[in-house]
Amino acid sequence: MTTAEITLVRTDVRPRPLVERLHEWVTTVDHKRLGVMYIVYALVFLVIGGIEATIMRIQLVAPHQDFVSPQVFNRMFTMHGTTMIFFVAMPVMFGFANYLVPLMIGARDMAFPRLNAFSFWLTAFGGLLLYFSFLGGSGVYGAGNAPDVGWFAYAPLTAQTFSPGHSTDYWTLSLLVSGFGSIGTAINILATILCMRCPGMTLGKMPLFTWLNLTMSGLVLIVVSPLSAAQIMLLVDRYLGGHFFDTQAGGSAVIWMHFFWVFGHPEVYVLVIPAFAFASEIIPVFSRKAIFGYPIMVAATVCIGFISISVWAHHMFTVGMSPAGNTFFVLSTMAISVPTGIKLFNWIATMWGGKIQFGTPMLFCAAFLFQFLIAGLTGIMLSVAPFDWQLANSYFVVAHFHYVIVGAILFTLFGAFYYWFPKFSGRMYRETLGKLHFWLFIIGFHLTFDCMHVPGILGMPRRIYTYEPGRGWDTWNLLVTIGVFFQGVGTLVFVGNLLWSYFKGEIAGSDPWDAWTLEWTTESPPPVYNFAEIPVVKSRRPLWDLKHPEDPDWKYE
Amino acid sequence: MSSATATIHETDGVWTLPARGRVGMYALIVAEAAIFTIFVVAYLFYVGKSLTGPMPADVLHAPIFLTICLLSSSLTIHLAVTALRGARSSAFLMWWLLTIVLGTVFLGGTAREWDRLIYESGLTIRTNLFGTSYYSLVGLHAFHVSAGLLGLSTVLVFALRGDVGREHSERLDVLSLYWHFVDVVWIVVFTVVYVIGR
Amino acid sequence: MNTAAPLFSPTNIFAPVSTPADSIFELSLFVLSVTAVIFVIVFGLLVYVVVRFRRRADDDGSEPPQVYGSYEVELAWTIVPMLIVVALFLATARVIASVQLTAAPPNAVDVVVIGHQYWWEYRYPKLNVVTANELHVPVSDPAHPTPTFMTLLSADTDHSFWVPRLAGKTDLIPNHPNSMWIDPHETGVYLGQCAQYCGTQHAKMLLRVYVDSREDFDRWIEAQRRPAQANAAASRGQQIFETTACVNCHAVAGTPADGRFGPDLTHFMSRETIASGAALNTPDNLRLWIRNPDALKPGSRMPAMNLSDQDVNAVADYLESLR
Repeated sequence: MTTAEITLVRTDVRPRPLVERLHEWVTTVDHKRLGVMYIVYALVFLVIGGIEATIMRIQLVAPHQDFVSPQVFNRMFTMHGTTMIFFVAMPVMFGFANYLVPLMIGARDMAFPRLNAFSFWLTAFGGLLLYFSFLGGSGVYGAGNAPDVGWFAYAPLTAQTFSPGHSTDYWTLSLLVSGFGSIGTAINILATILCMRCPGMTLGKMPLFTWLNLTMSGLVLIVVSPLSAAQIMLLVDRYLGGHFFDTQAGGSAVIWMHFFWVFGHPEVYVLVIPAFAFASEIIPVFSRKAIFGYPIMVAATVCIGFISISVWAHHMFTVGMSPAGNTFFVLSTMAISVPTGIKLFNWIATMWGGKIQFGTPMLFCAAFLFQFLIAGLTGIMLSVAPFDWQLANSYFVVAHFHYVIVGAILFTLFGAFYYWFPKFSGRMYRETLGKLHFWLFIIGFHLTFDCMHVPGILGMPRRIYTYEPGRGWDTWNLLVTIGVFFQGVGTLVFVGNLLWSYFKGEIAGSDPWDAWTLEWTTESPPPVYNFAEIPVVKSRRPLWDLKHPEDPDWKYE
Repeated sequence: MSSATATIHETDGVWTLPARGRVGMYALIVAEAAIFTIFVVAYLFYVGKSLTGPMPADVLHAPIFLTICLLSSSLTIHLAVTALRGARSSAFLMWWLLTIVLGTVFLGGTAREWDRLIYESGLTIRTNLFGTSYYSLVGLHAFHVSAGLLGLSTVLVFALRGDVGREHSERLDVLSLYWHFVDVVWIVVFTVVYVIGR
Repeated sequence: MNTAAPLFSPTNIFAPVSTPADSIFELSLFVLSVTAVIFVIVFGLLVYVVVRFRRRADDDGSEPPQVYGSYEVELAWTIVPMLIVVALFLATARVIASVQLTAAPPNAVDVVVIGHQYWWEYRYPKLNVVTANELHVPVSDPAHPTPTFMTLLSADTDHSFWVPRLAGKTDLIPNHPNSMWIDPHETGVYLGQCAQYCGTQHAKMLLRVYVDSREDFDRWIEAQRRPAQANAAASRGQQIFETTACVNCHAVAGTPADGRFGPDLTHFMSRETIASGAALNTPDNLRLWIRNPDALKPGSRMPAMNLSDQDVNAVADYLESLR
């Protein structure tokens, strides 16, 4: 075993002109910079999507409110859903994958750096196109403007007859464009992981983060195209007189639902699998133990990926499928709970016998475990088709999926921000502010989303701009709205913490968490070439081996 | 001043991983296959469901000649790449050019077919469900053929300038994967539209 | 009207009065018990782990023993969930069959429900009745059931019929007829609303199902079957109604008005609400609705006809004569 000592000297230079620095960012093909751009882009849209949600919640705080008109409200829920899924969750996951995957596998960049940049700009442009609709969606009076057909845009509501003007087209085109960006990034991640791992890093030795992003990318390749296909068909209907979803010509509204949900359901796994990836890196480090059951975790994730493609019509239980059809989708949906449960148990087993430190990243991941359990259980309730005949399209479903997207995905994402912020910026965030963010946010989250289950059980459907008094929904809606403000303040604390710490935080060093994967072997932030020498690894935790030469991992794997 | 320490183990053997261009192309093919699958499913779903208008059996004639052209072009592109690997540049150029010609014949023939369908049989994309799903599926394929021809023609331009050599054969092999994919899709489309759907 | 406090809500899915809703309720109790047990166990484990394995303040900084996995444990927590899934699945399959495969008995009431943006059309084909927005069905004695079987169609976009206390929801999709059934065993009015986003006024496409005693139901049917009575006092209003665009959308049986785009108004005054539940059927609301529909339901398909106040009153008087 030989050790090489590489000393890097930082020479101070005059800061270059702003234009030059901006130009560098705009033309960059460096995976770290593109990662940062994806993440910042997503954060901006997170705030915008949050404002859209706040507007809705103010409107729904009590029955028969007049805060916004029904037309504006319908645009709000459409834009909120579309923004959060396509321009917050997907870009942020791609951003973290972009930044971390090459570092974790000991590579210098992604497989296709220029495709990487192109994919980012496609996604970015898609988001701008969608929001341009607020300004530019002119058309028939009252019908142009931001799309208002729901993020799932069911036919025939999206036909020219029912959606004249161009608002629906902004939805279609912006997602078509960003969809191609997503496919580009997925191809890149896949090729990078399969083709650019450092010597010694077999597929069985790479970090779980990498495995899970590999699964996510494979899923993106298979499922984003169906959405693109359906959107092309919609454009054919709207502009070339086609009849794909034209029920008057014998076309089927249900087939849109099938095509959409073939994309839509696996999409939520595209979002949650990277969340699992964050948890799978953070929980072991903060528990001071290796992940429990690495091979099973990989197998369970791949299983989830496969099964997720077979469950889509559980979004269509009320559509009038045959009993056999309904029964099949009940079974496939329930089946996916098995590998998912396995993962939850493995994380618990990782913490078992450990020495858990509750720094901010671990607080968020611990909360994730509790919340993901609940989200999974309400998911099981929804998988029971007859129960779903009552709960579908109600606030119970809204509560369930926000429990997953906010309670699981956003929480682990916050954890990931705090965990890797020192690596990306070279500085530590302020721990007290991190904890303040956590407590504000978790109080708000539970106030909003625990309470939200109840109106669903009491018969409140979703996508309604107002509701009748006397249904027993009033108090619950009030509580739901109050929770939003706690989450909003928490998010502001978060953003403030990141900004302040970026400029004034303590210098972090390369390995502030005493962690074990390759990204912690290089500087913070990493130099543009990532590693002075490409590492060679012998186990899943190369740094553990270095730090514990008397008891390296490769003896046990 | 900062430093990074890397521990280097001796590797026991040669570390080989798949070529990224090839993997990237396979990944692209998977995504493209998914998009075609949806259009094929829509086509099959709508077979026999048109309320009016010309039906497939009335107006479709199986394009056997065009199919032979397109499928042969898979053979010619393979021969081209093999020739390039053997550094036989004029053979490469000839087979590459032939591939483009065959692809162009296919597209031209499709255009003629559509002209006949539109002006003589009265079938347009808006006529009925058959028209919508037929033009969309065949059109999507033709679009991919066109994109492929664009790529092939670009290579032809470089080749005519003498800039394509044996060292590029791997890349052109990866490009030819796309072309083979387009041909396989045609086999599926042909079967679905001209055999099953009629 | 049944808004008793113990129910918490007139649209509580856990207060069923009809067999489909009952079956769902019973199944849901089973599912909730299973998930509650899972919750208690796993939640308990999580709390235990988070408390028991915290790093102590006096920790020496050493790493705990590294455990990489255990195939026995993994097997256990794979097998047990699989068994739970099998149990849940079988229970579910049974209820799916019982609700979806029940055939209509010969004495069932047949209703065709047609969803419109943003109102409900009801036709009783065997009884020759066409009405809107307020559905009447006979109460069903569990010993001798008289269920109502509904065929669900749509005239435009997707809708969904959801009256929680009577049944789960079923969608109304154009070119895709669906069916559902209810057999409420308690009289009363049951509320619900459209549960599939259908456009601007999806929120006010409300549902009212009146479960009547057999006699009341028969009487209602009889009244609905009769054409509109001519009423001299309302003749001016009728004339305005028939010469303005009202008749393009609305029908009044026994008169030339035969529009089908909007609700049938033949027995308008037999309804407690207007605008598909958006407002009570009072003289003031009616005049407001006629004068400016957007005041009650902005974005509804009924245009303001710009009638003078006198004309509005005359038309309202006419409508109020349609009993």
